[in-house]
Amino acid sequence: MKRWLAAYAAAFFAFLHLPLLTLAVFSFNSSRFTVWQHFSLDWYRAMFHDPQILEGTRNSVIIALLATAISTIVGTLCAYGLWKRGSRMLTGALYLSLVTPEIVTGISLLALFQWAFRWLGWQLGIFTVVLAHVAFSIAFVVIVVSARLRTISPTLEEAAMDLGANEWQAFWHVTLPALIPGIVAAALLALTVSFDDYVITSMVAGVDSQTLPMVIYAMARRGASPVINAISALITVFFGILILVSEKVREA
Amino acid sequence: MRLRSWFLFPAWIWLAALFAAPFAIVMAYSFLTRGVYGGIEAPWTAESYQRLADPLYFAIVVRSFAIALAATAICLVLAFPAALFIARAPRHKNLYLQLVMLPFWTSFLVRTYAWIFLLRDTGLINTALQAIGLIHHPLPLLYNDGAVLLGLVYAYLPFMVLPIFATLERLDPSLAEAAADLGARPLSTLFRVIIPLSKPGIVAGCVLVFIPCLGAYLTPDLLGGGRTVMIGNLVQNQFTTARDWPFGSAISIVLMLLVVAGLWAFLRRESEPLV
Repeated sequence: MKRWLAAYAAAFFAFLHLPLLTLAVFSFNSSRFTVWQHFSLDWYRAMFHDPQILEGTRNSVIIALLATAISTIVGTLCAYGLWKRGSRMLTGALYLSLVTPEIVTGISLLALFQWAFRWLGWQLGIFTVVLAHVAFSIAFVVIVVSARLRTISPTLEEAAMDLGANEWQAFWHVTLPALIPGIVAAALLALTVSFDDYVITSMVAGVDSQTLPMVIYAMARRGASPVINAISALITVFFGILILVSEKVREA
Repeated sequence: MRLRSWFLFPAWIWLAALFAAPFAIVMAYSFLTRGVYGGIEAPWTAESYQRLADPLYFAIVVRSFAIALAATAICLVLAFPAALFIARAPRHKNLYLQLVMLPFWTSFLVRTYAWIFLLRDTGLINTALQAIGLIHHPLPLLYNDGAVLLGLVYAYLPFMVLPIFATLERLDPSLAEAAADLGARPLSTLFRVIIPLSKPGIVAGCVLVFIPCLGAYLTPDLLGGGRTVMIGNLVQNQFTTARDWPFGSAISIVLMLLVVAGLWAFLRRESEPLV
């Protein structure tokens, strides 16, 4: 049974990893067909000369950085507040926002923006995408930071306050420094989910805010192209590095 | 305690403006009427909900359930032995777990695109099968319910492995030894001791896979072709092409209710809170 299990596990890991590996391998193929010719970096070159991909990447980076900054701050403060004393309503809303199907989040934010813009006269754009990303990434931040907070004893802050620190000082000098690894891990997670999102973004983006996933989606819809393989390989490496860094930070 | 109120203030704004408000608007729209040009008008009505009983739409709801259930069952069958292998591995447990999580951390869109690359008519699988002469015409692998199912299983498999691994890991190995001492063969130990005892992990994994599968949009959209395969595509379609926001809102509300029911069933069992 042991040997069967090991053989099965090998097949299981192959199923998980081979699709992405072959995708990456064929990004170095000189032919645009799925027949191996010889090694080439043409598709990577094509990628860096595609104005849509460049603009999408730029938009994605701006949106991800802004959304990450906002959701990390709001989520960390929220996690700390809930750690002090829970709130069933807030916790319930955070859970719900996590399990809401992305398409439902997308259309409801679109409905909100359209409704609000009737009076404000604004239009969908980078700003609405950032708000939407903040909306769905806060719950991720709260969960990661809360996990870190659970390893911290509340008696530390009590001791600080017995020694004359006020609430703010106890937070700033005692709890916050111990939280940094959790906050960094949460920020990296928020960055990943923001940079990756297609469904919600596509509902609330305007003409000037096409993100990289939207460009990839449009290309995939038109049929496969080795350029998508190249972007995919780069994105996978990029995410891989982000996750490795966040794991290292979390272990610290 | 004053500090806590200040710290929670932005989160309450998030809850009111970006969580409750959009939901309330969709709720209101679902009871209104579609205007001639796709706007939203009075009168208030429950007509959009009644339309869901239309066989055309009801079939999509049923198919979504069927696909989500099938994906959950396949994930369970595929994930259990893998979780068992990792839980019993004498070393490298963390490495194996990271190998399970690794594809999950890469872009969802990229993981879905990988299957387009493999399954399409000129994709790797068809090209390879034709090259070795097994088939002469490409097999229709992409743009059907099977491709959607495969995409969902691939996307959510890690959600099934991790909770099952967590319960198997905590399982006392002496229980399996006792069963063996009492004459149980390995397979009967597996089915009569190990699987019943890992039920909490199995239930958690099933809910974690079933909920996102039921509301899936991107996978059926890309791998299912242009057809409206699942509820998520129906919602998107009503908000874009069909421009029937009241009906799209009603479907969203029903989908949310289904998801909340699933979450509630899960939280009733799960004692350890995330937040």
